[in-house]
Amino acid sequence: MNIIVCIKQVPNTTDVRIDPVTNTLIRDGVESVINPFDAYAIEEAVRLKERLGGKVTVLTMGPPQAENALKEAIGLGCDKAVLVSDRKFAGSDTWATSYTLACAIKKLEGFDIILCGKQASDGDTAQVGPGISTHLDIPQVTYVKKISEIDDKAARVERMTEEGYDIVETPLPCLLTVVKEINTPRMPSLKGMMRAKSAKIAKWTADDIEADPAALGLDGSPTRVVKIFTPEPRKGGEMLSGSASDVAKELVELLKEAVL
Amino acid sequence: MLTEQQTMVRDLARKIAREKIKPVAAHYDETEEFAWPIMKILGDSDLFGVHLPEQYGGLGGGILDMCLVTEELSRACAGIALGFAGTGLGALPILLHGSEEQKKKYLPDIAKGKRLAAFCLTEAEAGSDAGAIKTTARKEGDKYIINGTKQWITNAGEAEIYTVIALSDKAKGIRGASAFIVEKGAKGMDFGKKEKKMGIRASATREVIFTDCEVPAANLISREGMGFIVAMKTLDTSRPGVAAQAVGIAQGALDHALDYSRTRVQFGQPISSFQAVGHMLADMGTQVEAARALAYSVARLVDSGAKSVSKESAMAKLFASDTAMKVAVDAVQIMGGYGYMRDYPVEKYMRDAKITQIYEGTNQIQRNVIAANMIKETLQK
Repeated sequence: MNIIVCIKQVPNTTDVRIDPVTNTLIRDGVESVINPFDAYAIEEAVRLKERLGGKVTVLTMGPPQAENALKEAIGLGCDKAVLVSDRKFAGSDTWATSYTLACAIKKLEGFDIILCGKQASDGDTAQVGPGISTHLDIPQVTYVKKISEIDDKAARVERMTEEGYDIVETPLPCLLTVVKEINTPRMPSLKGMMRAKSAKIAKWTADDIEADPAALGLDGSPTRVVKIFTPEPRKGGEMLSGSASDVAKELVELLKEAVL
Repeated sequence: MLTEQQTMVRDLARKIAREKIKPVAAHYDETEEFAWPIMKILGDSDLFGVHLPEQYGGLGGGILDMCLVTEELSRACAGIALGFAGTGLGALPILLHGSEEQKKKYLPDIAKGKRLAAFCLTEAEAGSDAGAIKTTARKEGDKYIINGTKQWITNAGEAEIYTVIALSDKAKGIRGASAFIVEKGAKGMDFGKKEKKMGIRASATREVIFTDCEVPAANLISREGMGFIVAMKTLDTSRPGVAAQAVGIAQGALDHALDYSRTRVQFGQPISSFQAVGHMLADMGTQVEAARALAYSVARLVDSGAKSVSKESAMAKLFASDTAMKVAVDAVQIMGGYGYMRDYPVEKYMRDAKITQIYEGTNQIQRNVIAANMIKETLQK
């Protein structure tokens, strides 16, 4: 089975800070990691490979340093890695990003299944996975928490909903986005890390993937970011004191005044 | 100071300790279960093979690599770390003295963590006086028949590969000792009840009982009569590992005490701002660093292929284990009542630290070894 995993390198969320002046993410000195949700996609891909044979290709669009995320993925059991990187991609929104990734996927030698994390921990849009399937015109199932059955023709998966889960059958090739309930990602292995160190990462530009230049980067992005801001922190509450009945009466009055 | 590979080994061990062991350390300490899920992770991550040669599935590192893993794991839980370190110890006789066939047969599984190992020397009447062992191995055709009981064997019952020291020629006393590989499941091999311990409770400690236990003659390590030499060489090589375990315990206890001292407020300020506490922390930090430096330097000496490391490895074990005990006691002291409560993790470090002064040769025996070697060196001058 040919499996593709799309990943993103994101700032480690444990130390994200926002520049109060520009309202943008401070990336300087912040460690970059594989998007935590993508780690589940990598693990699921490697498990599918271990069960069914085949190979796992890990793909990312990003700056040159995103190579580190790809190497880490190889250390975790992926076989091949492709970095799609070009200045022309700068300013891509989720539409342009998914177009770019779809172009790169078309250049790979075929696939049975594409796995993505449900969303990235920095942008939180959850749009790139579905976008890729749209550009490739293949079925998609989002928020997958279990692949119950799979062969080279079709898959039956459990799709998480707020109330429980749906059982969905889809023909292959398809794209799945996965949630953290799907597995527990393994720890890296030393031999995997050694392999990763010497692994060759393919680097593809906009020309290599034969993308339409007008559909790339800022120009290819219909989304316009008007403003990014940090919401005002919630103000501290007011403590009422006194007997329970007095406090209850006072609270009712206050709620009336607030006209909720 | 560390090579790129050693840094990678240490960082991965640290990551596993932090993310996988730390959250379950209290659970395994309380239940005394053997942490098989953690052993699986260590195996899959290739950590069991860091010090084993590449041709046997290892990563080609040395004792220092093994020490780095032991230290990092012990920082989270010395009991769980012992599943790893005890396997390292049990595999050493094969690594140091085994035949090519024996290495090929056993080391790859050990490197992968597929099978754990254990070292069987101690008996009820042979603790510090290891030369007093009574277990016998009688040759019959192409087999040895082992009889006797080994006591307080780390990983016993869980491990599948046991290296056992037994007397193949009782008349020669300890010069008649030989080392054998016994696989779990061998006819006539049984395990005693699991011991209840003060600390390292996640580690399995049992008797290994041999009753007319048949072992193929091919499982003899080295030659007949080499058993005690194999045992001593094994312990000389592994002692930096005990030192590393002690350093890990000390560092773990210090980590907790330091965190606590910065958040615990008394008299309107964090207790770390009181000189009495600050100086304790400074001493603890200095002692841990000194113990680590000694442990690493002796591990490097072992890895350099030095002919005799008895004195130095005894020094590392002695100093690091005394440091672990002292630092763990001080960590409890800094945390006061909280330190004494079992809902907080430092009392466990204090219980775990104690064993490092006792096993693989009590610290009194280490001092005997050190003094004897020092005196011998003067005579040689």
